[in-house]
Amino acid sequence: MVKSFLAASAFALLALPGATLAQGAAKPNDAQIAHIAYTAGQIDIAAGEQALAKSKNQAVRGFAAEMVRDHKAVNEKALALVKKLGVTPEANPTSKALSSQADQKRAELAKLSGAAFDRVYVANEVAYHRTVNGALKDTLIPSAQNAELKSLLQTGLALFSEHQAHAEHLAASQKK
Amino acid sequence: MKRTIACAIGLVAVALLPSKAAATAYRVVIEDMKFGPTPAALKVGDSIEWVNHDIFRHTATARDGSFAVDLPAGKTGRSVIKHAGKIGFFCRYHPGMTGSLTVSP
Repeated sequence: MVKSFLAASAFALLALPGATLAQGAAKPNDAQIAHIAYTAGQIDIAAGEQALAKSKNQAVRGFAAEMVRDHKAVNEKALALVKKLGVTPEANPTSKALSSQADQKRAELAKLSGAAFDRVYVANEVAYHRTVNGALKDTLIPSAQNAELKSLLQTGLALFSEHQAHAEHLAASQKK
Repeated sequence: MKRTIACAIGLVAVALLPSKAAATAYRVVIEDMKFGPTPAALKVGDSIEWVNHDIFRHTATARDGSFAVDLPAGKTGRSVIKHAGKIGFFCRYHPGMTGSLTVSP
């Protein structure tokens, strides 16, 4: 039941940008939430590092550097928090689905270069932040039991909403 | 005559002194991706110490270019207010973080 819910969540999370995940039923526990949030951050750090290695566009590089810096800061804090709370992040279908989708996107981006790479990277950053922010807002934050974890997720949502706005602005400027 | 002039100069000097000495140092705290309250009675010559309590790098950047302070995580920076008026500011990395200063002459 829990597994099928999480699998369904993962599907909804990935299929629809900003999807509202089903609430009620089974909710992810703090160990699973920590794993999902941490994984989501690592994915964006890796994407930013790929962009820094491939892109020559100053605006794109600035954005990528910001993603790497900010998500590293949140994840360092998240690691310190789970250590303090004695929680071991627990892999689950949602975090696994996030990782496998990110692997596909990374492979797709690896084949691109120049303006084509910049466009696909930025478009994916818009969609990715939208999806993760939707999941944070609708599922992860409401489900979190520990107050410190909830607070870190809320700070994360404020930060990632800024990233989403930045990515949208960048995507709009690429169309000009 | 000389005395009167000296006296007058003395008076002018005294009148000028308080405004110079009255420059005040204020503090604006950044926390949880937001700029905290800004001082209400800000005057030209006053300074603001920007305190970044976040784990993220921010900036306090004036829209009119009159100040631009880089604020790595946990650090502080200072800017001196150079002119009167309403000065909007934002974080260059997170442009949704905004605020404004109202400065009297």
